[in-house]
Amino acid sequence: MLLTITTTATPATDLGYLLHKHPDRAQSFEQSFGTAHVFYPEATDERCTAALMLEVDPQSLLRSRTSVNTPDFALAQYVNDRPFATSSLFTVALGRVFGSALKGRCQARPELARTPIPLTLSLPAVPCRGGADRARALFEPLGWRVAAEPVPLDPGLPGWGDSHYLSLTLTGTMPLSEALSHLYVLLPAMDGAKHYWVDESEIDKLLRAGGATGEDDDGPGWLAAHPERGWITRRYLNRRDRYVRTALARLAEADDRTGDEEADDPAVEDAAAAPDREERGPSLAEQRAGAVLAVLAAERATSVIDLGCGSGRLLERLVRDHTLERITGVDVSTVSLEHAHRRVCRGCHPDGRGRHRDLFADVTGVREEGSGRLPRPELLVGSVVYRDARFAGHDAAVLMEVVEHLDPSRLTAMEESVFGTAQPRVVVVTTPNAEYNRHYEGLPEGAFRHGDHRFEWTRAEFTAWSEGVAERNGYGVRFLPVGPEHPETGAPTQMGVFTR
Amino acid sequence: MSEIETAEPVEPRVLSVPRMGLVVLVGVSGSGKSTFAARHFLPTQVVSSDHCRGVVSDDPNDQAASADAFTLLHTIVDIRLRRGLLTVVDATNVQPRARAQLVRIAKDNDVLSTAIVLDVTESVAAARNRERPDRDFGDHVIRRQRRDLKSSLKRLSREGFRKVHVLRGPEEIEAATIELERAWPDRTDLTGPFDIIGDVHGCRAELEELLGDLGYALTRDDEGRPVGARHPEGRTAVFVGDLVDRGPDSPGVLRLVMGMVADGDALCVPGNHENKLVRVLRGRGARLTHGLAETMEQLGRESEEFRARVLEFCDGLVSHLVLDGGKLVVAHAGLKEEYHGRASGRVRSFALYGDTTGETDEYGLPVRLPWARDYRGRAAVVYGHVPTHKAEWLNNTICLDTGCVFGGRLTALRYPERELVDVAAHRTWYEPARPLAPRPPGEGNAADARPRHTLDITDVGVGGARTGMHVDTEHGAVRADGGSTLAALEVMSRFAVDPRWLLYLPPTMAPAPTATEPGLLEHPAEAFTAYRGSGIGQVVCEEKHMGSRAVAVLCRDEAAAERRFVPGELGTVYTRTGRPFFPDPALQAEVVDQLREAVGAAGLWDRLGTDWVALDGEMLPWSAKARSLIREQYASVGAAARAALPAAGAALAAAAGRGVDVGDLAATVERRAGQMEEFSRVYRRYSWDTDGAAGLRYAPFMVLASEGREYSDADHLWHMGVAERLAEVSGLVRSTRYLVVDTTDPDACASAAGWWRELVSAGGEGMVVKPLLGAGARARKGLAQPGLKVRGPDYLRIIYGPDYTEPERLAVLRERRSLGRKTGLAMREHKLGLEALARHARGEPLWRVHEAVFAVLALESEPVDPRL
Repeated sequence: MLLTITTTATPATDLGYLLHKHPDRAQSFEQSFGTAHVFYPEATDERCTAALMLEVDPQSLLRSRTSVNTPDFALAQYVNDRPFATSSLFTVALGRVFGSALKGRCQARPELARTPIPLTLSLPAVPCRGGADRARALFEPLGWRVAAEPVPLDPGLPGWGDSHYLSLTLTGTMPLSEALSHLYVLLPAMDGAKHYWVDESEIDKLLRAGGATGEDDDGPGWLAAHPERGWITRRYLNRRDRYVRTALARLAEADDRTGDEEADDPAVEDAAAAPDREERGPSLAEQRAGAVLAVLAAERATSVIDLGCGSGRLLERLVRDHTLERITGVDVSTVSLEHAHRRVCRGCHPDGRGRHRDLFADVTGVREEGSGRLPRPELLVGSVVYRDARFAGHDAAVLMEVVEHLDPSRLTAMEESVFGTAQPRVVVVTTPNAEYNRHYEGLPEGAFRHGDHRFEWTRAEFTAWSEGVAERNGYGVRFLPVGPEHPETGAPTQMGVFTR
Repeated sequence: MSEIETAEPVEPRVLSVPRMGLVVLVGVSGSGKSTFAARHFLPTQVVSSDHCRGVVSDDPNDQAASADAFTLLHTIVDIRLRRGLLTVVDATNVQPRARAQLVRIAKDNDVLSTAIVLDVTESVAAARNRERPDRDFGDHVIRRQRRDLKSSLKRLSREGFRKVHVLRGPEEIEAATIELERAWPDRTDLTGPFDIIGDVHGCRAELEELLGDLGYALTRDDEGRPVGARHPEGRTAVFVGDLVDRGPDSPGVLRLVMGMVADGDALCVPGNHENKLVRVLRGRGARLTHGLAETMEQLGRESEEFRARVLEFCDGLVSHLVLDGGKLVVAHAGLKEEYHGRASGRVRSFALYGDTTGETDEYGLPVRLPWARDYRGRAAVVYGHVPTHKAEWLNNTICLDTGCVFGGRLTALRYPERELVDVAAHRTWYEPARPLAPRPPGEGNAADARPRHTLDITDVGVGGARTGMHVDTEHGAVRADGGSTLAALEVMSRFAVDPRWLLYLPPTMAPAPTATEPGLLEHPAEAFTAYRGSGIGQVVCEEKHMGSRAVAVLCRDEAAAERRFVPGELGTVYTRTGRPFFPDPALQAEVVDQLREAVGAAGLWDRLGTDWVALDGEMLPWSAKARSLIREQYASVGAAARAALPAAGAALAAAAGRGVDVGDLAATVERRAGQMEEFSRVYRRYSWDTDGAAGLRYAPFMVLASEGREYSDADHLWHMGVAERLAEVSGLVRSTRYLVVDTTDPDACASAAGWWRELVSAGGEGMVVKPLLGAGARARKGLAQPGLKVRGPDYLRIIYGPDYTEPERLAVLRERRSLGRKTGLAMREHKLGLEALARHARGEPLWRVHEAVFAVLALESEPVDPRL
């Protein structure tokens, strides 16, 4: 809601020229989401402070169809911190109200715009879940002295600790445009919840503000040189991984490096979280998919159903295997299936041009393309805890990192549905090996690798469960390690191959 | 070649035709088939090839369209027969191939087919055709058809028709009448009440004892042998078959049952043992195994005349019976729904032997497919055949064979009471091939170890041709669309407690209509007006606790949990979307234990005559479940405001101090700060620290269900009384303040409004106004809204935003407050909630209860203004 910019350059009131706003007048600028006000609490030759205050109108916030991007809280449209916190809305206002200053244009004092001046920027409520350390890691490499005080959550709720806001004061000497560009990029990155949907043009905005358009004569720009550029880019682009990858690649080029080095794809983080980071070579997720494919090939599977296919990382590799007559992906989440669809499909919209039909727009399941042949892969909304006739007729089934997402009491339902009813010849099950967890730094003792895991089994527990399932349903089972094997704890992932 | 030229006066023929079946008219063009069909059958029952030709070509005589026309005809016939409708095919059907296709369709649908041949001379047919200008084909066509017909006549009876009626000449055709005969299994006219008795297997003494326990009076012959039994209240016994073999006195059992059937005191379906006995008595070879040797030896001591009666009796038994208007089916080995009331070889085989894989298990017994597990029909299926440890309902089916002859029990089911009555075997008469006692899991064949309560994806409207649900409730059908069904599938699969616990999900509640009082969105007056307008005079106002909705299902002991819910547990507490309320199992167990103790101490087990109970209520404090929500979405907003507003105020003051005109910004900032304080006060009030169960409070406001009943017919004073009783005996339970109001009394309404003011100004969320008569209360038109919430103006700050009381904001909110959708949704969910409880109380199968519960979750995902 508030930013104050203070300079002690002489004469300090030149700040008015740089900002294109007269120090003795209060000015208001209508935004689609409220009103931005600029006024000067102080303006002397020694010291001049400009304030940008944003009044957010919650009503117009609704009207302009902005999204505060917290779908887990339906009332977020009505109750949210946007009117008070220095959010991306604030950044938008900053870009509009101080647009010329941000670009470093100043007709009255062109040389002043390029001159480093002593500056103090104050923001009373900056959302930053990473805390003061994160703020320092972001601003200090850019030449700021950082004072970051956590804002207490609520004096009426003793024992609840601090909020995720910082009262932030930055002090440094640099051209005003550079200072503003730091805020323009880093405030939304710290916030991480952008109010509008990210599209391709966001990448350009980011790169322009980060000084990496290539037109500048100032070198690669501050963002390309920033040690946290990967994090900043991901957060700024709101974790839309495709854009992230494009942006990271372009950034890498600007810095004369290959794109591969930054292949820190957040999508890969989800499954194995912290564990993957320490590993060199193919990630655990890669190895897991590889092992599943190897087993399917060894078993000469002729058709495969991937139960709990998620966003389709295994399907993507299965469809390349043309010996498979039929491939089916099942997931309980339509959102995941849409991702899977986009991953494996090169474009199925009648209009062509690589566009996609909405898979579940009419939610009658997956339709065929008219030619009568089955889509490849077939994608079905389904749940392994409900018996489902559509699961039958596959030679092999894969449950890759699925069982640990089921409550233990639902495992019998899954067993009934997959082993008892669908009864594929081969069933491949992978699940974390809990014993291996101790090799993961930062994973507390007894904690699970993923927030949604209901359990993680030791090798003995997995073996006991698997042998019971095999016995009850007429299968044989063998076990294989996936990932680097440790002599005491075994491999990070365990795999059971059931055959009948 | 002789033809009947003229007709002498003929005796009118009466043609019997099965009510559920296929009638194939056979006759040349012009033989009068259409006239005949129109006279004896409904227009909808007749499918004519001419009509189908017309449908596919706009010309009923376009022979080129015949192929398509017959495809259509066969499709219609197939669909009608699948639906059990009498269907008459009006086509020449003179060629064997044409008839064979129709007979095949009938067989596929397990119904009988009848052929009616209309045989007229060529000259009659030709004359009739000439009268019809649209029939311009030559006489040679008729000649050819008649040739085909004549060669067909000899073989018709071997083509698979159950009956062939041949009518010769116009007069006989004219005079004939049709008599629709009931399908043999169709005894829907009998409504009982029935006492259905499991496999007797020659255990005469136990049968006498059981009939005595059921209240039947036995009659005996001169030798003292029972030859009949009659119930003083006119009940009918129904035997599920396998009267004979293995036991000590098969002839005695037969004598008694045959007597009861002859006297109209009993019905009987055949078992596989009767079937085999018939073969042996007819002198056909069969191995005398499985106790048949004993029966033959016993029958050998009887008279030839008795053996003949036995043969006649057993041979005449109909494969299965459909009783009580179609609500009850009795078959020896059970029967899947598609076969109910049908007649065919495979229906009989299923009814006698069940659905077997052809394989045998390690005891040499056939491996049976678990048809009952997949059964989704509305009719109760009562059967025997497979000895089981205990008779238990599964998906509305029950097996009554409790292995009396193997030393188990002889079991009867009272219908419609659904009570089980049994007597112990007097001794083990025959050693079982496989032990009767339930085996520990992991042993025996896979079919037995499978969970009995499997839910199918189609039970929740997914996986079929269309995604979406359609639930028939007592108060009308409720639909959920495909999108919300899929959303519910994800939530139910990933997060919900075991579906066996989920007997109910709380419906959403509508707020009272928009207040007329200025400055408010909700006020009690509108709730009273709404109920008064729908014809409800007495309402109860209940204090609305601000916590989290929690349904508690509590069992007195593990036996109750195993019987009705999940074995090995004692209860659960779940949220309004079916998730476990307490992610920590230890805390859940602690709360369940305390609540069970409270129920015990309050004497509720005995008072309600139950060993389990389900309560609906609110778990306090709000912060117990919503701590992170309060932190992230509410307290954080307060924190940001408290940091930003003073800084903004100071900056504005400084600017104003310099003489800069900052307008009324400073005043706005100050007002915002005040509103934020009000806002923060709301959520602080509903947050307090808890340590395990210490600090938690549960405020139940409704008893949902206990064994065999639900409580939508109990008034709210009763429910409040139960809650007060629980609160007296337990520190965990908190009672709810309430006030009964007569909506037609203005003074009472006014004082209730005052009571509400007090509640909300003391920090309460508000109140809920409910019809006094309870959840099942009726309004002028159908079911009444179960409640209307009236929330306090301060509480609404955390719903509409801290500054919603700004006059211009409030004006917009009042104007745009549209309740229709929310109110409709609340009613649809209410219907589903009542239905789920009713189904559970009736002991209906899990999938039936789950269907209604799942649909509530689906509706909850529908978009509706979350502030209402």
